Amino acid sequence: MLTRNHKPAAPPAEADPELEFDAAAARSSPWRLVWRKFRKHKLAVAGAVVVLLAYVVVVFAEFLAPTSTSTSDSTLTYAPPQMVKVDLSWSDGLQMYVNGYRTERDPETFEQIHTLDPDLRVPLRFLPRGDSYEMWGIIPWDRHLFGAAHAKDKVFLLGSDRQGRDLLSLIIQGSRVSLSIGLIGVAVSFLLGLLFGGVSGYYGGAPDTLIQRVIEFLMAIPTLPLWLSLSAAVPADWGPMMRYFAITTILSVLGWTGLARVVRGRFLSLREEDFVTAARLDGCGRIRIIFRHMVPSMSSHVIASLTMAVPAMILGETAMSFLGLGLQSPAVSWGVLLQEAQNVRTLETAPWLLIPGVAVFVTVLAMNFVGDGLRDSADPYKQ
Amino acid sequence: MPTTEASWERQQTPPRQNILEIEGLHTQFELDDGVVQAVSGVDLAIARGEVLAVVGESGCGKSVMARSVLRLVDRPGRITGGQIRVRTDDGAADMVSAAPETVREVRGKRVAMVFQEPMSSMSPMHTIGNQIGEAIRLHERVTKAEARARAVELLGRVGIPAPERRVDEYPFQMSGGMLQRVMIAMALSCGPQLLIADEPTTALDVTTQAQILDLLRGLQEETGMAVMLITHDLGVAAQMADRVAVMYLGTVVEEGRVEDVFRAPRHPYTTALLRSVPKLGSGSRERLRPVRGMVPHSYRRPSGCPFHPRCDEFMAGRCDVTVPEPLRDQGRPGAVSCLLYEEHEEHEEHEETTP
Amino acid sequence: MLSFLSRRVMWMVVTLWAVSLASFFIISLPPGDYVSTLQAEAESRGEMMSDSQLSALRSRYGLDQSFLAQYWKWISNIVFHGDFGQAFAWNSRPVSDLIWDRVGLSFFLSVSTLLFIWAIAFPIGIFSAVRQYSPGDYLATFFGFFGMAVPEFLLALVFMWAGMRFFGTSPGGLFSPEYQDAAWNLGKVLDMGAHLWLPIVIIGLSGTAGLIRITRANLLDELYKPYVVAARARGMPEWKLLLKYPVRMSMSPFFSTVGWLLPGLISGETIISIVMSLPTTGPLLLSGVENQDMYLVGSFVLILSTLTVIGTLISDLALAWWDPRIRHRYEGG
Repeated sequence: MLTRNHKPAAPPAEADPELEFDAAAARSSPWRLVWRKFRKHKLAVAGAVVVLLAYVVVVFAEFLAPTSTSTSDSTLTYAPPQMVKVDLSWSDGLQMYVNGYRTERDPETFEQIHTLDPDLRVPLRFLPRGDSYEMWGIIPWDRHLFGAAHAKDKVFLLGSDRQGRDLLSLIIQGSRVSLSIGLIGVAVSFLLGLLFGGVSGYYGGAPDTLIQRVIEFLMAIPTLPLWLSLSAAVPADWGPMMRYFAITTILSVLGWTGLARVVRGRFLSLREEDFVTAARLDGCGRIRIIFRHMVPSMSSHVIASLTMAVPAMILGETAMSFLGLGLQSPAVSWGVLLQEAQNVRTLETAPWLLIPGVAVFVTVLAMNFVGDGLRDSADPYKQ
Repeated sequence: MPTTEASWERQQTPPRQNILEIEGLHTQFELDDGVVQAVSGVDLAIARGEVLAVVGESGCGKSVMARSVLRLVDRPGRITGGQIRVRTDDGAADMVSAAPETVREVRGKRVAMVFQEPMSSMSPMHTIGNQIGEAIRLHERVTKAEARARAVELLGRVGIPAPERRVDEYPFQMSGGMLQRVMIAMALSCGPQLLIADEPTTALDVTTQAQILDLLRGLQEETGMAVMLITHDLGVAAQMADRVAVMYLGTVVEEGRVEDVFRAPRHPYTTALLRSVPKLGSGSRERLRPVRGMVPHSYRRPSGCPFHPRCDEFMAGRCDVTVPEPLRDQGRPGAVSCLLYEEHEEHEEHEETTP
Repeated sequence: MLSFLSRRVMWMVVTLWAVSLASFFIISLPPGDYVSTLQAEAESRGEMMSDSQLSALRSRYGLDQSFLAQYWKWISNIVFHGDFGQAFAWNSRPVSDLIWDRVGLSFFLSVSTLLFIWAIAFPIGIFSAVRQYSPGDYLATFFGFFGMAVPEFLLALVFMWAGMRFFGTSPGGLFSPEYQDAAWNLGKVLDMGAHLWLPIVIIGLSGTAGLIRITRANLLDELYKPYVVAARARGMPEWKLLLKYPVRMSMSPFFSTVGWLLPGLISGETIISIVMSLPTTGPLLLSGVENQDMYLVGSFVLILSTLTVIGTLISDLALAWWDPRIRHRYEGG
């Protein structure tokens, strides 16, 4: 018989049905769970595919670009984009071609105007011979994925720029700088953020206060003016390589703060978790606790934040180069290409100069999708 | 004695006036990985002034059932069938099909609710006086000053010291026990005929628990309101309730007077549940026996009697095939859903159908 | 509250000091001292500077002294005399002559954009959360991603190109030619408004997109909290419930967004002003950077950062006013 005022061994408080014990979830490793949740985000998966493709382009840029960046034709400046057409009636099977250019001179301004002539046909093919290059600086080759069948023909699928260079080739080659600067910059910020955030979150106390104040201070300064003023200090006579590293440094020195905050927040909450206490009581050393127990359980969050930081860096480089303060011609990046689009008059004659901006937009959008999906699935045990 | 319509009458003695009748209630959660039947055909009734305890293990659907009464189940949960009749001035309102205005009219005024975690059940951005006053002003035409005065008076009634000062404080300035008193005051503000208390003491420490339960019992006797007490704590149920309903996997397996059910449980699940609880003062030194096995995974509801995989009295070929119907009038008020007690009828049917 | 305020203001002073130190560090970054740059500049124009002029300048800026002494000279001139040094690319006019108009306009533009962002992002974010997974929500989410991915200057370029292509005018500048040099009157104000809305929309786009996402996420966190269910159980109508509880709760982080929105807005404003040639700090800063006119650049960094720091302080105070928990924490400790 039950008597008054006793407390039986109580089962845990009732949970919502959706939070209930999930046997399948309990058996899977955390990474599989992250992957399972991530896969449900259709946009994130699509974004991941786009990002992967973009980096494939980065790796094989010389091969994928129809011409090298230095190939130009001063007689064909600001030539409009050509549409690839397929002729089915050709006797040897399919024949791809573009319409060639007819050049006229504007009777008033004496500017050259290039228009597409439907009667002219420039044949195209896969793996044509073209500008020779050294793949990754070591393998010499002269084949390109796609281009004019005869090396002397000029083909501008996305139009040409002020110097008569092929915009498509420039965008492909420019992806190298634009996309790598984000990765390298994030890698540097990651190290800084992990170091300072980790120290701040794990030790707390005075180091924490100091680092937090520094972060707050850095975050209070408007980024672009600061970038501008720091880049003003970069000597004008530095070569493209030096500038590249200077810009990366500027971006990452200011970019680590957000990441440090994430790391610190995770450290602070993990420090109080039971499994960390348990590990400490088991006599685990501090280093072991951090790397064996804490870092693995926060890595998904950190990766999500990293993914969100890359597009910010890409936008930063683009903005700086666009203003002429980042990389400079002859180096090629999407921001440098967009610099040519600064003038409205130029844009009126050659609106295709905005296409590098589309490349920036698509990549950044895809990366944001991936980051968003990762963030949602970063904590597989949370609904 | 109040007159009762025939349809409101279910038990013979004593004459009851039900203020809440739940019939065939189904509530389910449609999740990405499947459908969870949280409440699966519950029949329950509460009479005026009665205290009904609903007990069961975690995840048996008792909380969802309680929330369904006020139509408070959030997405992806959905009431998919049954009726919930709440007595109103002009008859009864079916909470399952009623218009939103009617539902709002019932919430707070006829049926009030107290939740498990008082701290998170109150907005930290508003004073407690504001929130109690709001509860009053939603259902009665009073000025803000009157509402505030009523709030102070209510806080005094639930035993909060210096109510005229406390009324202007924020929830985070009070302890859990104090806040649960505030929640009770808020629930009482419009004089409801039924108070649903969903695990009101689970988040509190033991001494506070006892105080809150005493307060609830006292207020219940004072106001004559009915109470539906959701708890996993059989001791609390025994101490507080007139009647008890035992739930397992979304169905009521046994229901009856507290003394009947706890002294002579009939459903094997009730028996097992009672065995898993330590008996204080009985002098027995027998080992506690937890209920065998584990609660099945929510997506895979067992066939037949939901309890059969864990049941000591399992009859192969019957319990895993036939869903038991509630049996009433078995010599005492209440019902039990178990094939053990259907043996007689069941045998006859069996003989008829077997060639 | 008073002790909180004084502590907060004290901390702001420390931050401002650090900002000024950083600004001066930037000023002193380029190789060679300022006066030799000035001299080279003058010589390139074919002017000669006398030795006495040069040494006067050197002692004016304390160039023969240590970094800290130079810093002190610079900052004390600013604090006590409002003298920010000279901009040599502008015929050595005092920096303070050049910047205040522009700083005012920059500030006006940023604050207008902030208000614009709030006015747009907040209702959309609420709608998006309340009607989660509705077509409207998907539209808002898409817009959010779009706004975060498109570089502001690109958008400005597209608008300018479209204006040129379809309307024959480029929507740059702040005033129509006839008002360019006119004194302030109603017509000029209206004309400015007609020119200003486009930069505001463009600068505000990414902030709006970000804030919609934040509002939506915050509100979604709050919408299913127990206190919402409890209020519903009291019989509260849905829309009233929504506005009184979860929206109010989700507004708290909203106030703290001022702190990060403002620096972003000033960044956006800088680049958009350059593209659309608005007479704000942007173009002047850019030309200062191009000419390594470091006093000009440093002054901008100092002033813009100071405004941001003050903005953050105001948003902190607003947050304490808004959220009793924070107020209570301050009062308690």
